Amino acid sequence: MNEVTPDKKIDIRGLVCPYTFVRSKLAIEGMEIGQVLEVLLDYEDASINIPKSMQDHGQSVLKVDKINDKEWILLIRKEKD
Amino acid sequence: MDFTEDQIHRYSRHIILPEVGGKGQEKIMNAKVFIVGAGGLGCPVGYYLTAAGVGTLKIIDNDKVELSNLQRQIAHSTDRIGMPKVDSVKKTFEALNPDVNVIALNQKITKENIFDLIGDCDVVVDGSDNFPTRYLVNDACVMAGKPLVSGAILRFEGQVTTIVPKLGHCYRCLFEEMPPAGLVPSCQEAGVLGALPGIVGGLQAMEVLKYILDKGDLLTNSMIIFEAMKARFRKVKVPKNPDCPVCGNNPTITELQDYDAEHCRLNF
Ligand SMILES: [Zn+2]
Repeated sequence: MNEVTPDKKIDIRGLVCPYTFVRSKLAIEGMEIGQVLEVLLDYEDASINIPKSMQDHGQSVLKVDKINDKEWILLIRKEKD
Repeated sequence: MDFTEDQIHRYSRHIILPEVGGKGQEKIMNAKVFIVGAGGLGCPVGYYLTAAGVGTLKIIDNDKVELSNLQRQIAHSTDRIGMPKVDSVKKTFEALNPDVNVIALNQKITKENIFDLIGDCDVVVDGSDNFPTRYLVNDACVMAGKPLVSGAILRFEGQVTTIVPKLGHCYRCLFEEMPPAGLVPSCQEAGVLGALPGIVGGLQAMEVLKYILDKGDLLTNSMIIFEAMKARFRKVKVPKNPDCPVCGNNPTITELQDYDAEHCRLNF
C-alpha cells in the first residue's frame, strides 16, 4: 500500500479522555479538507474512541496502528468542516 | 483559534460537540450580549452565558438585592442584600468565569439611553418584569434591527420567544397594546414559583447560544409556553402581523414612546 504523508502531527501522549479527542478535533478544525492528521497517543481508550468520534463527525480514519506496548498512531483525513 | 490550556478544559464539552467545536466556541467568546434585568430571568440567563464563555455581558438594572428576591434570583446571595443587583451578579459571574467581561450598569433603561446600550451588542435578552420596559425593549430592537430573546414569567407559567426583526414577528405582533396597568399584576404582586425563572431563563440562554452559533431552529415564528403545574411545554405558532404598529407594513410607531406614561394613563 502507498504511504500517506500527514500534513500535521500532534503528540497527545499523557492526555486522557475527553481531552485526547478535544485536542484531535481542534487540530482537525484548523486543517483543510483532504489533509491528513497524525495523532500519537498512549491512552488505550482513546485509540478506540477517537477513531469512532472522528467517524461520527464525518472524518475518515485511514489507520489505527499500535506501534508498541502502550502507544498508538492514528491517521485521520479531514472530509468536512 | 488560540485557546489557553484552561480554556480547552473549561470549554471541552462544547468543543467536542460537532455543532460547536473550537470554531463555535470562538464565536461564543467573541459575542456581546445585552441583558435587561438582573432579576429572576437575568440571573440564570447571565449565569449560563457566563459559563458558556460569552465574551461580553452587559447587564442593566437599577434595583438593589432584597431578601424577597432570593427565593428565585439565583445569582444573588444573602450577604448581598442592599447591594445593587448588577454589582451582585457581576461578582457571581466573575467568580464563575473570569474570561467574561461583565459590564454592570446600575441605571434605568430609558428611551433616551436604549439605542446606545444595544448598539454594540449582537443579541438582546429581555428579562424585565414590567410592561413599559418590555415594550420599550421590543420597539427599540425592532427599530435598530437587533435580535431579541424575550422571556416572561408569572405564577406558574412562562413564555419565551425570539424576535429577529424583519425575519419574524415582534412582541407587538402578539400583544399590540400594553395591558392596562391595573389589570395585570406585576411579578411581585402575583408570586412566582421558585424554579420557574430557571426554566424560562435556561430556554432564553439556549436561544442566545443557538443564535450566536447559527445552529438549530430559533423561536422566530413561534413561542414556547411552559405550564409548570401541568408539566407541559407547548410551542405555538406566532405569525408576523402585517398591521403591527412597529414592524408591520405601515408602522404607526416610528419613534420610541413615553412608555411609563402610556402605562399609567391606561390605568384609568
Ligand atoms: Zn410586530
